[in-house]
Amino acid sequence: MASSVSTQAMHAPAALETRDLNAWFGDLHVVKGISLSVPQNDVYALIGPSGCGKSTFIRCLNRLHEETDGARVKGEVLIPGAAKADNIYASGVDPVSIRRRVGMVFQKPNPFPGLSIYDNVAVGLKLAGIVRRNILDDVVETSLRQAALWEEVKDKLKKPGTSLSGGQQQRLCIARALAVKPQVLLMDEPTSALDPISTARIEELVIKLRNDVTVLIVTHNMQQAARISNRTAFFLLGELVETGATKEIFTNPKDTRTEQYITGRFG
Amino acid sequence: MKGHNIGDILFFSALRLVSWLTVLLFVGMLVFIGHLAWDAISEKGISFWWGFEWNPPMDEFGAAPFIVGTLASSAIAVAIATPISIGTALFLREIAPRRIASIAAFLVELLAAIPSVVYGLWGVFVLAPLMRENIQPFLSKWFGPETYFAAALGHLLTAIAYPFLLVGDALGFTQVTLSSLSAQMMAFSQGVFDGAPLGLGLLTSGVVLAIMITPTVTAISREVLLTVPDSVREAALGLGATRWEMIRLALLRTGRAGLVGAVILGLGRAIGETMAVTMVIGNRNEVPQSFFDPAQTMASVIANEYNEADGLHLSSLAFVGLSLFVISLIVNFTARLVIRYLDGKGKA
Amino acid sequence: MKNMKLSAKDRSRKIYNQIWLGVLCLLAFAAIMPLFFIFAYLLVRGWAGLSLSFFTEIPKPVGEVGGGMANAISGSLVLMALAAILGVPLGITCGMTLVELRKSSTAKFLRVAIDLLTSVPSIVVGLFAYALVVVPMKGYSAWAGGFALAIVMVPIVARSTEEILKLVPRSIHEAGLALGIPRWKVLVRLILPGVKTGVTTGVLLALARVSGETAPLLFTAFSNSFGFRGLSSPTASLPVQIYTYATSHDETWRQLAWTGALVLVFVVFCLNLLTRILMRRT
Repeated sequence: MASSVSTQAMHAPAALETRDLNAWFGDLHVVKGISLSVPQNDVYALIGPSGCGKSTFIRCLNRLHEETDGARVKGEVLIPGAAKADNIYASGVDPVSIRRRVGMVFQKPNPFPGLSIYDNVAVGLKLAGIVRRNILDDVVETSLRQAALWEEVKDKLKKPGTSLSGGQQQRLCIARALAVKPQVLLMDEPTSALDPISTARIEELVIKLRNDVTVLIVTHNMQQAARISNRTAFFLLGELVETGATKEIFTNPKDTRTEQYITGRFG
Repeated sequence: MKGHNIGDILFFSALRLVSWLTVLLFVGMLVFIGHLAWDAISEKGISFWWGFEWNPPMDEFGAAPFIVGTLASSAIAVAIATPISIGTALFLREIAPRRIASIAAFLVELLAAIPSVVYGLWGVFVLAPLMRENIQPFLSKWFGPETYFAAALGHLLTAIAYPFLLVGDALGFTQVTLSSLSAQMMAFSQGVFDGAPLGLGLLTSGVVLAIMITPTVTAISREVLLTVPDSVREAALGLGATRWEMIRLALLRTGRAGLVGAVILGLGRAIGETMAVTMVIGNRNEVPQSFFDPAQTMASVIANEYNEADGLHLSSLAFVGLSLFVISLIVNFTARLVIRYLDGKGKA
Repeated sequence: MKNMKLSAKDRSRKIYNQIWLGVLCLLAFAAIMPLFFIFAYLLVRGWAGLSLSFFTEIPKPVGEVGGGMANAISGSLVLMALAAILGVPLGITCGMTLVELRKSSTAKFLRVAIDLLTSVPSIVVGLFAYALVVVPMKGYSAWAGGFALAIVMVPIVARSTEEILKLVPRSIHEAGLALGIPRWKVLVRLILPGVKTGVTTGVLLALARVSGETAPLLFTAFSNSFGFRGLSSPTASLPVQIYTYATSHDETWRQLAWTGALVLVFVVFCLNLLTRILMRRT
């Protein structure tokens, strides 16, 4: 099914590739044999009705899924340079080292309570042992600029992160994720808790981020996928139905189920 | 399985280790106190619990007076504290305006914070004289020997005990006649409020304990009452029930199991309470016959005698402690079962 | 005719209602009254003996007038510090286990043990400390007393830590993990600092409770009348001293007991008040 993308991916090097990836919650098989290749510097959208496994899928890509009680993963995820033979699920691989290369932004903004705006961005580096003030200052500023938040917060870096508005908090979370310089950024419906204006700002931001990282974004908002992504994968009931260039998927889907979903027949 | 991070493995192993140490600490309590008590356990066995003589110089050790003392003082405490606590919880929930309720709840919490030894001090110097001068003379005048109450109680107890007597007779266990039963019951009830008003004694300790457990029982009852959904209350009120009828039908009936659990937890506290009781119960190692008699509880005898004890005496005191430990565990466990029963019902 | 009957019944229901509601008010009054009764006596009788020498002098022998409870106050501070040093880390660790490893068998056993520890009478805790510390050390000591008090503290601290950690949303953990921070660092460096007020509240509550404990000290820390002489010697404490003096027949000593009780209750109430203020802030 994913063959068309895989062949295209031959040209541009893949930033991330999954091979027969499966995930379970207890006995519930929620991700079923997904093989997918994401080219470097793409914004790759994952769409599908809620409960189709797309969120679980991306939570497998930074090994976060396994932190849930009763959760299990099988298959391969290849990220160049991340692990022995690139497979982050190879035995002996420390998930912590994977998560430094694969950042994540969540559905609801979740800045660390009790930490200042500055510390929210710097904490990933600080806890990794980087304490040189000038380095941290630098990274904080760059990350906040990348997240289009710098101008708004540069005068109140000492204020708690939770004092910002919802949209600003989400951009703070993006800055926090960027601060550790990930190769891949996973975004799990990052705008679903936000108002339209904040959503628009984040969408703009994601399009720009493309220059620095590869972005996988889960969304249930098809317009959003159409606006910001250059490739889209359609998930249904834990399976990958179809992948392709976003334009293709939205104008000329190959699978009838994709077509039904896109035209609003279900979901 | 989760993660392969070295730091995580070390940290969570340490967490587990320390947690198991705590579990071990609890098990160790049983073991170590059991070890202290071993001489007494091997010498007396469980007959320790129904031996009525406690005479250290003669090496006679029976814990029955203390078990009776503990049960009696706690029973008095529960009898007094139950209506007061549940009444207060209802008052806080249904009658008091919000502001008064929060102040009253705060005061009740303060009561819970007062250390046991302060209750004891107050009991010795304030409550005991009051009991001696006013309350005990009053009680013995109206409920003591030669009163209608004593006679009525004697008849009532006879009536309650008689059927058991008949069954016992039929099975050949007992050979007590009605008249001798009646005489015994009469003698008992004449004695309930008899005796010199000493101030210090079983009743005083029961009153102090009641004051001490009231905050506990009130707080838990209040929580229980808060779990009764407003819809149940409103349904009752909507049917035209008066406020009291609503309290009876909606709150008390729905919260029954939880309230019983609260009272049992209060009982557990009363049973284990040491200092206040030690100071006001009078410390006499005999089974009390009257509410006014000085007595001794399992906790108070340990507090009183442990420092001067050695040999079998010490070991017997440890055995008393072990028994107290087991009783409180059983009582608290029961309370938890009752409350869980409520939880189960709440979910269904 | 029928209507009149009904209204008569209604009236009796109303009266019945009024009576019972009145009874509830009386019961609530009965619950709170002892507080004022105790307070009034503490203030009146305790205040009479309050002076600087109460805090600075050690007790004088029976029959002599004067003296204070300096030995007991310093002893209590030492015992509470020991209890906190032993009990607080243990309690917090247990609280973390209860939340972080909640599905594990460790947490299940621990929960039962903590619940049961709460219900152990404090005099029994004293017996345990006697068996575990006094017997091997061949004598009463501050160590034994501090150990006994620590056991009383552990379940309180563990419970409050558990409650407060449970309130931290999973998403905060996940945000930390997703940054490539190991689980233990997320917990110790990110989550715990965020809830430190809540944890402090629990510790203060436990200290308030322990500051008044008498029974576990009777045959562990025991007592002395000359002040702190090292962690391996018998150590006086305010509650034990109050107990000893209250049951004595010396008027000076009884006065000291009342004053001691006033000071003790003051300290306990301050600690409780502090926890309230902290709780309101979170």
